[in-house]
Amino acid sequence: MGEVLEKPAAAGTVLPILDIRHVDKRFAFGAETITALSDATLRIGKGEFICLIGPSGCGKSTLLRMIAGFETASAGSLLMWGKPVAGPGPDRGMVFQDYGLFPWLTVSQNIAFGPIARGRPKAEAAATARRFVEMVGLTRFADAYPHQLSGGMKQRVAIARVLANDAEVVLMDEPFGALDAMTRERLQEELLEIWARAKLSIIFVTHAIEEAIILADRVVVMSPGPGRIIADERIALPRPRDPTGVEFNALRRHLSGLLGSHH
Amino acid sequence: MTALAVRAAASRQALLAVAAPVLGLLAWHVATSGPGYHLIPPPSDVAVQWWDLAFGGVWDDLYSATLWTHTVASLSRVYGGFALAALVALPMGMLIGRIAVVRDLLDPSLQILRPIPVTAWLPLAMIVFGIGPRSAFFLVFLGAFYPILLNTVFGVRSVEGRLFEAAAMLGVGRQAMFWTVVLPASLPSIFTGLRLGLGFAWVVIVVGEMTGVQTGLGAIIMEARQLSRTEIVISGMVTIGVLGFLSDRAVQLLGRRLLRWSPQHG
Repeated sequence: MGEVLEKPAAAGTVLPILDIRHVDKRFAFGAETITALSDATLRIGKGEFICLIGPSGCGKSTLLRMIAGFETASAGSLLMWGKPVAGPGPDRGMVFQDYGLFPWLTVSQNIAFGPIARGRPKAEAAATARRFVEMVGLTRFADAYPHQLSGGMKQRVAIARVLANDAEVVLMDEPFGALDAMTRERLQEELLEIWARAKLSIIFVTHAIEEAIILADRVVVMSPGPGRIIADERIALPRPRDPTGVEFNALRRHLSGLLGSHH
Repeated sequence: MTALAVRAAASRQALLAVAAPVLGLLAWHVATSGPGYHLIPPPSDVAVQWWDLAFGGVWDDLYSATLWTHTVASLSRVYGGFALAALVALPMGMLIGRIAVVRDLLDPSLQILRPIPVTAWLPLAMIVFGIGPRSAFFLVFLGAFYPILLNTVFGVRSVEGRLFEAAAMLGVGRQAMFWTVVLPASLPSIFTGLRLGLGFAWVVIVVGEMTGVQTGLGAIIMEARQLSRTEIVISGMVTIGVLGFLSDRAVQLLGRRLLRWSPQHG
């Protein structure tokens, strides 16, 4: 277990893709101030698959939304390639639990949305859309509208949409939380395939320990009241990972212990 | 459902839709035909009158073959007033819905003006616009205005916040947000407003044409009432009903085409 749970080697000279330093987030609730996140520090290398895990109220979604640029930090700094994050941008694509697809656009138009918004020619955007529609296996549904799709299909569109827009970092906020178990498993496999092929950096928020161990290079454990990072565990098991394996279960127990002891 | 079952269901629906008017006509006929004096003419008399109004050749009086003229006059007021209402209410609704200053400036006044019925505006309209078609036009405009305005405000205000986030992270800037997200997302609501507005325009047209205009379906209804030509009154009513229905149908078809993506419309 020792080498499996080893802390990541301190990043040395290599510039991390994301560098989060001593970030606080406070919300004002009338006269009261609530600390959603306290002193979060996290460095993420290019190509890493990070899972943020923790109970509700631990600030995992808040941290993700700050990286996306939807929220600003109350203190500390968030750097991407050394530059401060200032608002949302296409380099950090977000996949929401509730999909956030544009209901008035077809599957391929949703996927072409980003390239068109960034001023790419229509024909090029359409070609990009075709490529990514095919990649997520929705060629037959290219002209369907979101309300005609199942949850799993919608989430495939949401993933294709950020990839088609050249996102370097993909931020995923409990993306498979609303899906049934079988669909979730299949999408986890597909996501790992895409991640490996496209050399993406992924930050994936979940509250499911098993999902985190199946997917992540590193599992960042958070705890509530105030939200903070309490552990950063490297998962060195070879993929595909077997949830029934001995090492897998040892990790599950370990993470579950970390989560339990901080409630 | 099989194609056959679908067709059976459709013909059943059509049969039921026709059943009520047929029964109504029958009751009307039984109640008004036969000996004795009736204030209300039987449907057959109305049908004859309608034919004369439309094509002439029966009575050959002042009203014969004038239906087309009156219809065109009413149509132009309904669609003209409606178009003007849309032209003003759509941009105003978008501004009220999206810009707080405009909302604070206009919303309270509009909330006070809104409950005033169109009929209550009639005397004032006649003073300002004079006796004639301009008053009618104004009243139709007023009738169509509020449904369009309110639904537009509601539409642009109730765009899901998530869609703004999605667009922002895909690279849409603040200025482009209105055209790429707000407008398409609020189309179903705006469309509902337009449909209601057009409906109200038809409702208001009779009141609007009470302002002393010479032509129009409302005008002949009011005129025929004074002459006790009740067949003409009912003929005008039937014509307005059918035109209103057809115009709503056309709008609905248009909506189904434009809003194919919306589960409520497609």
